[in-house]
Amino acid sequence: MPQTLMATEASSRPILSVENLNVGFNTRKGMFDVLHGVSFELNRGRTTAIVGESGSGKSVTARAILNMVPRPGQINGGRVLFRPSKGSEIETTALDPRGKAIRDIRGGKIGMIFQEPMSSLSPVHTIGNQIIEAVRLHRDCTKQEAREIARQMLEQVEIPKPEKALDQYAFEFSGGMRQRAMIAMALSCHPDVLIADEPTTALDVTTQAEILDLMRKLQVELNMAIMFITHDMGVVAELADDVVVMEKGHVVETGQTGPLFAEQQHPYTKRLLGAVKRLEEPAAAKVRPAADAREILRVDDLRLHFEKREGFFQRVTDVNKAVDGVSFSLKEGEALGIVGESGSGKTTVGRCIARVYDPEGTVDYRGSNLVTAGKAELQSYRQQIRMIFQDPFASLNPRMTVKQLIAEPLVVNGVASGSELEDRVATLLREVGLQPEMMERYPHAFSGGQRQRIVVARAIALEPKLVIADEPTSALDVSIRTQVLDLLLRLQAEMGLSFIFISHDMAVIRYFCDRVAVMYRGKIVEIGETEEIIQNPQHPYTQALLSSVPIADPALRGTRQRHRYLGEGA
Amino acid sequence: MIWRYILKRILWMVPFLFGVSIVAFLLIQAPPGDYLTTYIAKLGESNEVLDQASIENLRARFGLDQPLYVQYFKWVSRLLVGDFGMSFEWRQPVSDLVWGRMGLTLCLSMATLLFTWAVAFPIGVYSAVRKYSIGDYLATTIGFIGLATPNFLLALILMYIGVVHFGADVGGLFSNEYKNAPWSWAKVWDLMKHLWLPVVVLGTSATASLIRIMRANLLDELNKPYVDTARAKGLSEFWLIMKYPVRVALNPFVSTIGWVLPNLVSGAVVTAIVLSLPTAGPLMLQALLAQDMYLAGAFVLMLSSLTVIGMLLSDILLVLLDPRVKYD
Amino acid sequence: MTETPSKALPDQPDEPLAVAEAHSPDEVAIASQWQLTWWAFKKHRLAMIGLWVIGFMYLVSLFAGFVAPNDPTDSNRRAVYHPPQMIHFIDSSEDGWSFRPYVYEMDRERDPDTLAVTYVPSGEKIYLRLFGRGQEYKFWGLWETDIHLLATVKPRDNFFLFGADRLGRDMFSRVVYGTRISMSIGLVGVAIALVLGITLGGISGYYGGRIDTVIQRLIEFVLSLPTIPIWLALAAALPPSWPIYQQYFVITLIVSLVGWTELGRVVRGRFLAMKNDDFVIAARLDGASEKRIIFRHMLPSLTSHIIASLTLAIPLMILAETGLSFLGLGLQPPAISWGVLLKEAQNIRSISQAPWLFIPGGFVVVAVLAFNFLGDGMRDAADPYGH
Repeated sequence: MPQTLMATEASSRPILSVENLNVGFNTRKGMFDVLHGVSFELNRGRTTAIVGESGSGKSVTARAILNMVPRPGQINGGRVLFRPSKGSEIETTALDPRGKAIRDIRGGKIGMIFQEPMSSLSPVHTIGNQIIEAVRLHRDCTKQEAREIARQMLEQVEIPKPEKALDQYAFEFSGGMRQRAMIAMALSCHPDVLIADEPTTALDVTTQAEILDLMRKLQVELNMAIMFITHDMGVVAELADDVVVMEKGHVVETGQTGPLFAEQQHPYTKRLLGAVKRLEEPAAAKVRPAADAREILRVDDLRLHFEKREGFFQRVTDVNKAVDGVSFSLKEGEALGIVGESGSGKTTVGRCIARVYDPEGTVDYRGSNLVTAGKAELQSYRQQIRMIFQDPFASLNPRMTVKQLIAEPLVVNGVASGSELEDRVATLLREVGLQPEMMERYPHAFSGGQRQRIVVARAIALEPKLVIADEPTSALDVSIRTQVLDLLLRLQAEMGLSFIFISHDMAVIRYFCDRVAVMYRGKIVEIGETEEIIQNPQHPYTQALLSSVPIADPALRGTRQRHRYLGEGA
Repeated sequence: MIWRYILKRILWMVPFLFGVSIVAFLLIQAPPGDYLTTYIAKLGESNEVLDQASIENLRARFGLDQPLYVQYFKWVSRLLVGDFGMSFEWRQPVSDLVWGRMGLTLCLSMATLLFTWAVAFPIGVYSAVRKYSIGDYLATTIGFIGLATPNFLLALILMYIGVVHFGADVGGLFSNEYKNAPWSWAKVWDLMKHLWLPVVVLGTSATASLIRIMRANLLDELNKPYVDTARAKGLSEFWLIMKYPVRVALNPFVSTIGWVLPNLVSGAVVTAIVLSLPTAGPLMLQALLAQDMYLAGAFVLMLSSLTVIGMLLSDILLVLLDPRVKYD
Repeated sequence: MTETPSKALPDQPDEPLAVAEAHSPDEVAIASQWQLTWWAFKKHRLAMIGLWVIGFMYLVSLFAGFVAPNDPTDSNRRAVYHPPQMIHFIDSSEDGWSFRPYVYEMDRERDPDTLAVTYVPSGEKIYLRLFGRGQEYKFWGLWETDIHLLATVKPRDNFFLFGADRLGRDMFSRVVYGTRISMSIGLVGVAIALVLGITLGGISGYYGGRIDTVIQRLIEFVLSLPTIPIWLALAAALPPSWPIYQQYFVITLIVSLVGWTELGRVVRGRFLAMKNDDFVIAARLDGASEKRIIFRHMLPSLTSHIIASLTLAIPLMILAETGLSFLGLGLQPPAISWGVLLKEAQNIRSISQAPWLFIPGGFVVVAVLAFNFLGDGMRDAADPYGH
């Protein structure tokens, strides 16, 4: 066969095909399948997104390609064919998982990056050490040459001062920088395929945008195939050429990004996209506060500094200004969103108002200052101001039944007892869409969404006026999010509740909130009507934040200008 | 700077040692009566009677008539210049009696520590990597039994086996001909030949717990994402385990020196008594029973100091080994 | 303060409840903490064995007088170093077999040359009776009785299941009584450690700040003291003339000095971590009082961990008492504990002549092992929620 023909044939064929892959976990009760006949293809120079919610088998698929399914998992059927640019076709799933052949492919021809930038790099080896190791495993070069390659890679992924970074440890880097270092390591041998397993999920949205930009740039430079695992349809729309939708170990739909977003075949894909689409505009059921509504809460110059104390004499060695002069007001029946990235102090503001912490400044609730309120006073306010937490797994005491949990505020405040108490709990459960028969159960018997409903029931048990909801939906899968949000909206309408709604997710804020305050490093940089801010952000940080949010519409890709905010003095 | 950290940690030892000296002093003062009471009782057994005047005389000579705190400060201030006082019982300066025995105690503890690590490290790693294999079960079983057997019982059993099956007395640290001989290479070799038994006896329970610690630490680390990263790089299974999780699991392992050393020093006391080793243990016990306070006090103080030094060593080692531990 | 979730949670009930796989979902749904812990614990085979062994030992201690055939302090010059006798249950003679426990009688002989005493089977059988009558004793110090689990049919006969010591005392009876003291020292010691550990650890963890620093330094200091020299010194301070119960109490106190620091650290760590747990903050926002938060919300999550740590502290105390008594600094005869019994095995001559003196050592090992297994199993099962 003439060589030219072979070459064209090789480049026209997919670089990697997954064919009818089955993976099972060998448990005591027998084989338990997690992948059922998964098939898809990766192509040179294209990005394929693998999308699905948790438990869909995305990560297992990625590991099966490199033949490193963790025990007790094993590949039961099907195969993965890899056609590297140099050399012949290899069936990776047929290789000895510990042998030399597969190890040459891992890192050398197929690179991989992982979700957790925190723990995916060794804590006790320098960044340089780890990249140089990867280089020397697959390239024939001296230590000095390898170090130079590593330095160039760090430069390529835009890490400042790459020479210095080589001798630093992972914990000295921020999350985004770590993920850059991971990418540098995975790409140091110029692989044909890069597998990225939720590489941006643990990052803030602005950092995520930067990493996505970087990956797009590198793909063009290196002409590789990228397999991008994610649960975020927005990221898919921003980045992917092809999409593979997975649900519970099955591939339910594949296609090119544009057509798939325009029309979905499978109901699961429809639901997944529908949940995202609904979050792109304010909720239809939203009840706006009355124009003449009274002010329920006024926060003035709220401050909270965490002091790090050390040593025997408890000297203050470091001050963290978590909340640094925050002011805003809230009307009855209004929902105010507080949006910001991790470390912006938004959660702390919520907790200051609930007096979990003791801040300085004024929190004026209907004419009384909560900051200076005594114990007894606080007790009565806490009946009117309630809190919903982010993680429904952590905020429900696993050792109490649902009845005990929901009844707790009623009992300690002496509101109800005996059979009346039971009736109240039953009513509350019905109110949040759970069956009263479930009240004898423990939280472990409920799913994440159901637990968050229990948390909501506990919050409204005392018929409060104001609810502080701290990321109430971010621990939930997308399809569950809107359900919980709709529940909160209904309760708001029925009970005339005011909300302080804390979130990092602009879409959720837009769906739920009348007004929004944008927080950055302990300060509110911008506050106003939600739609106004989204349409016309004034502060450069808000602009950067909004331009970073991935939009679940591939048609809009590249139409936006990305802003970067470096902060004052940063 | 690392030197500043070390200096700071050494300074921290001062109040610790001060506290230790108080505890040691109180302990040797705790028994009702003092050395003279014991001495008089002993004389009484052989029908000798001391008259009141000579008792008072002796009491004044030993300084036993002064209030407690005066006795303490006298003791401590002399300690600072290296004077441990006189042993009533032996009529010799305490330092003459103590140093040689402390040296052997230290030698024995160090040898045991090395033995413990040398055995526990590979077995712990093996147990974790081959979890639930026959070797793992074997190591776990031996480990459990090692933990459950008191040192002295193990010593007795080994001695019993030695006497009944080999007809040899395996106690002591030296053969008879070297017992009082000056140090020479031959004597060192003789020491080596005797050392293995106390080392095994003493090291068994520490080895057992170190195996369990290493295994548990490594099992935690083996599931960390950075191990996956290393695997995805194409490293061979052996090297990736040795370079990453084992290296990380080594840190808590090394920091165990902080409590292994005190335990060994402690355990050495009992073992030495059973195996009649010329280390600190038997002499200290004797001194305690005879209320020979300066001798007993010196032992309690020095053994405690050893453990404080062990902790210092482990802290410094940890800082050197683990870049995450900050030292400023 | 990081709010960004690392990963969306699966929208289905928790996996850690795999412990409950043998039970129906409805049963699991309403299973309390203790129910789940027990299910998890039951799967731990070694821990279950440990539980049975320990239960058995405490049962023996409770009924020591009944189980022991002889008075443990009775010496018998004709039975010095009498070797152990095997117990046989099935008696076969010419007219078939029957269930009738017996031992073979041993005759005492003196070697004419060496003058050493040896025991030779005489071929005679000494028959035993279940629930037979033997020496009188006071059951729990209340009722006078003479019924024993096993007694010789003829009152004048003796039998030595574990042999006899240098005074001809029955080792089996002595071990049984020793079990009572040694096993209870662990319990009492742990009770003292519990009070110290929970109080100091709880204060340290709940209030934090300077109190915490002081208590932490204290714990560090106590931990840095080499235990055995300190114990020796403390124990040497005990006047040997004290009555047994006083000795017993002080030794227990000394021994419990080991346990409390570890427990204190565990309690402190948990309190410190839990103080900022969402569910505790939620309880505070519900308006629950400090008392209610500590006792209703925090302590229930701690109890299983505390019990596990306590269980693991008991064997340390048993070992400590054994070591002290072995050196002659712990309990003094006529008190009987495993350590006191092992003291008899201290010199090489007596153990080469009577290796059965090691038997109490076997009990120490078995008891310590059983407690370790039990404690490990409890620790693993202590948090059935797996977070």
